[in-house]
Amino acid sequence: MFRNNYDNDSVTFSPQGRIFQVEYAAEAVKQGSVVVGITSKKHVVLVALKRNAEELSSYQKKIFAIDEHAGIAIAGLTSDARVLSNFMKQQCLGHRLTYGRDLPVRMLVDMIGAKAQQNTQQYGKRPYGVGLLIAGVDEQGPHLFEFQPSGMTEEMVAFAIGARSQMARTYLEKNLELFADCSREELIAHGLKALKESLVQDRELTIENTSVGVTGFSKADDGSTKVEQFKVFDGQEVNAWIEGVADDKEAPAAEGESMEVDG
Amino acid sequence: MAMFSQNPVMNGPNYSFSDTPKVNAPEGARQHRFDPYTDNGGSTLAIAGKDFTIMAGDTRLTSGYSINSRYHPKVFKIGGTTADQKDASIVLSVVGFAADGEALKERLDAICKMYRYRHGKAMSVKACAQRLSTILYQKRFFPYYAYAILGGLDEEGNGAVYSYDPVGSYEREQCRAGGAAASLIMPFLDNQVNFKNQYVPGSGEGHALQERPRNPLSRSDVEILVKDAFDGAVERHIEVGDGLQMMVITKDGIEEILLPLKRD
Amino acid sequence: MDHRPQAWGRPRDDIYGAYDGSYLQTSGPKQSTQAPVVTGTSVVALKFKDGVVIAADNLASYGSLARFTNVKRLRVFLDSSVVGFGGDVSDMQYLDRHLNELAIDESYETTPSADHPSPGGTLNAANLHKYLQKLMYKRRNDFDPLWNQILVAGLDSGSKPFLASVDLRGTAFSSPSLASGFGAALAQPIMRKYAATEEDAARLSRDEAVQVVKECMKVLYYRDARSMDKYSIAVVTKDGVELKEDEQLEKQSWAFAERIRGYGTQTV
Repeated sequence: MFRNNYDNDSVTFSPQGRIFQVEYAAEAVKQGSVVVGITSKKHVVLVALKRNAEELSSYQKKIFAIDEHAGIAIAGLTSDARVLSNFMKQQCLGHRLTYGRDLPVRMLVDMIGAKAQQNTQQYGKRPYGVGLLIAGVDEQGPHLFEFQPSGMTEEMVAFAIGARSQMARTYLEKNLELFADCSREELIAHGLKALKESLVQDRELTIENTSVGVTGFSKADDGSTKVEQFKVFDGQEVNAWIEGVADDKEAPAAEGESMEVDG
Repeated sequence: MAMFSQNPVMNGPNYSFSDTPKVNAPEGARQHRFDPYTDNGGSTLAIAGKDFTIMAGDTRLTSGYSINSRYHPKVFKIGGTTADQKDASIVLSVVGFAADGEALKERLDAICKMYRYRHGKAMSVKACAQRLSTILYQKRFFPYYAYAILGGLDEEGNGAVYSYDPVGSYEREQCRAGGAAASLIMPFLDNQVNFKNQYVPGSGEGHALQERPRNPLSRSDVEILVKDAFDGAVERHIEVGDGLQMMVITKDGIEEILLPLKRD
Repeated sequence: MDHRPQAWGRPRDDIYGAYDGSYLQTSGPKQSTQAPVVTGTSVVALKFKDGVVIAADNLASYGSLARFTNVKRLRVFLDSSVVGFGGDVSDMQYLDRHLNELAIDESYETTPSADHPSPGGTLNAANLHKYLQKLMYKRRNDFDPLWNQILVAGLDSGSKPFLASVDLRGTAFSSPSLASGFGAALAQPIMRKYAATEEDAARLSRDEAVQVVKECMKVLYYRDARSMDKYSIAVVTKDGVELKEDEQLEKQSWAFAERIRGYGTQTV
C-alpha cells in the first residue's frame, strides 16, 4: 500500500514541493468550529460558534481578549491558541510599557507570524494546530487579520475559518459592499447571519453556543473618538443579538429589500 | 623588553605609552563617577479611615534647588483592567528618586494586570502589599530608591495603608508620611490621627493621666488634616509645593482631588 | 633625538614628563562612559497654543574649548517630533543613529491609506519620550549611562502640544516650558513669566513663543561661557516641523550691565 514518506517532520519537502506536516496542521484548523470576523470603517467584530464535547460538559471558549484594543477568535487546538494568546498578551503589555501606546495590530500579527513560521523550519518542532482571526484597532483604524499554522498572515475585510466556514465566507462575499458603512449593531448582525450559514441542519444559534467580541471607535462625551475596549460577550449578553437575526424576524426585513432569503 | 617592542630604547628621550609608570590614584578618587541616584524631593501621606483610605502627595519635582516640574504626580492608581485605570481599587504613592519610583509603579501595575488576566479578578490589597515587598527586596543590592506607600480597602472594607522602606520592609499602619517632609508631617499625624500626647483634661497627674480615647476620623476631617499637613510642610520645606494630589478610595471607587499649594 | 616614525608627534618625556597611560589599562572592571567628553550645553523649549518651540546652540565644547562650532543638536523624528540633546555629543550621535533606525522600522509598519496618506508612522512625541525614558533608565541600571539631558517636543496622541524631558538617570518630567543645563537657572524664569501654567501656554501665540525662546538664547549667550551665538530653532505643530539650523543671535547689548551693582559704572 502507498505510504507517504515525506510527512514525518515539518522540515522535509515532498518531491512535489509540499510540506505535509504544515498542511496537516491546516487541517486541524478545519476541525475547529467556525469563527467569523468582519470590519467596518469604525468597528471590527468577531463571532464564534462554541462547541461542547458532550451534552453535560461546558462550552469551549472561542474568543479571547488580548489587550484593550485587540482580541482573537480561534479554530483548532485550544491549548496551542493559549500559548499564542499568552505571547500576544505579553507583547502588548511590553509595548505599552515601552511606548505608552496600543501595539499596532499589524506588528502584533507579524510577531505571531514569525513565531509560527519558525516551527515549520526547525527539526523537532511542530506547527501550531490553530488558526486565528485577530481583530483590533489602532491609529490606522480597525483591522482584521487571518493567521494560519504555516505562519501566513493576511489582512481581511471579512473572513471565516473553521468547520463548514465556506458557507459563511460565501455569505460574506455576497454582502461585502455593505460592511464598510455598517454600524456596530449591523456588523454584529451580519456576523451572526454568516455564522448561521455554517450551521449544520437543525442546529440553531443559542445563548449557550454563541460568542461575540467587539472593538472599535466610539464617540466620547466630549465629541472626541475613543477606543472601545475589546470585550467578549457570552450568555445573556448575546440574547438580543441572536433574537435580532432569528429566522422569523428576518422575513419582514427581506420583504423590504425584496430579497429572497433561504430559510 | 623595550628593545623588542615598537618603542624606542630607554636612553635618551622616551615616548613609550606602555612603559610609563602608572599613576595609581586611589580607587574612588576619580573626578567623575556615575551616581545612579538623585533625590527628587516631594512628600507623600496616607491615612486609613474606617471605610476609606486617603492617599496624598504634592506634585513638585525638584533636583537640587531647581524645580523641574510643578505637576509630576506621585500617587498612582494600580491594577485596573485598562491603561486609564478606570476600575482600579489600589493606590500606590512613591517618593524619592523619581525614575525608580516610576519603574516600581510600572512593575507593580504590570504584575497586577497579569494577575487579573490569569485569575479573572483583581488582586487584594493584602496580596498586592506582599508582592510589592518582594519586588523591592529583589533589588536589595541595587535598591529602588523610593519610599512607597500602598493604600486600599481590605477584605472587610476597612481602610488599609501599607508603608515600605526602599528594600521592602513593610507593615500595615493607620497612617504614614513619606519623603522630604516626612519628619515634619509624621509627628503632626501622631498627634492628630492617633491622638498621641493628648489626655483627658483633669483625669489625673503623671502616669495617672488618661489618654484621649481614639475614635475613627470622618472623611471630611481627614481631607482637612491632609491639606493642613501639606500647607505646613510647604511652609517649612523647599522641596514641597505647587499642587496637592489626593486619592480617596471608597467602596464606590477612587476619587481624585487636585488642590493648589504655594508655588514659591 | 629619535626620528623613527612611531615617535612622530608624540610629546617628549624629558619636556612634558612621562605619559600617563593609566587610562589605557585593560584589566579591572569594565570602563564604560563614566564622564562626558565633548559636550553640548542648554536646550530650551516652550509650549504654545498649537505646538512647541525648541532651540539649542550649535556648539560642542571640549571642556572649556569651543571645539566644534557647527554641531546640530536638534534632531527631527518622523517629520513630527523634535529631540533636543544636551550633554555628551558622542552619546547624542549614537542616539541619533538609533532613533533613525527606529523611525525606519516604524515607517515600514504603517502602510499609506486614504486616511493616512503619509507613510510616516504613528509613533508620536509622547510615545518617543516614553521609549527614550526606558532606554536611558536601562542604561543607568547597567551603569553605562548615555550622558545626555534630552528634551522631546511634538504632539501627543490627542494632537495636543507635548514637551517632556529625560536625563541620564532616566528621570522624566513634563512642564509647559523646559530648559536643560544652565537654561534651568537662566531661561526657565524667563519662560515661566510667559507660561507659568499649561493654561498660560495654551494662550501663547506662535510668534510670542518664538520671541521668548530667542530671548532665552540671548540671555544664555550672555552668561553661559559654554554657549555660542549660532543656534538651531524648531517649531513643531500638527503641520510638521520647521527647523532652522543656521540662526544668528541678533541685537545683543550689554547695556543692562550698567544697572548691575558692582559690574558697571556705579561708584557707590
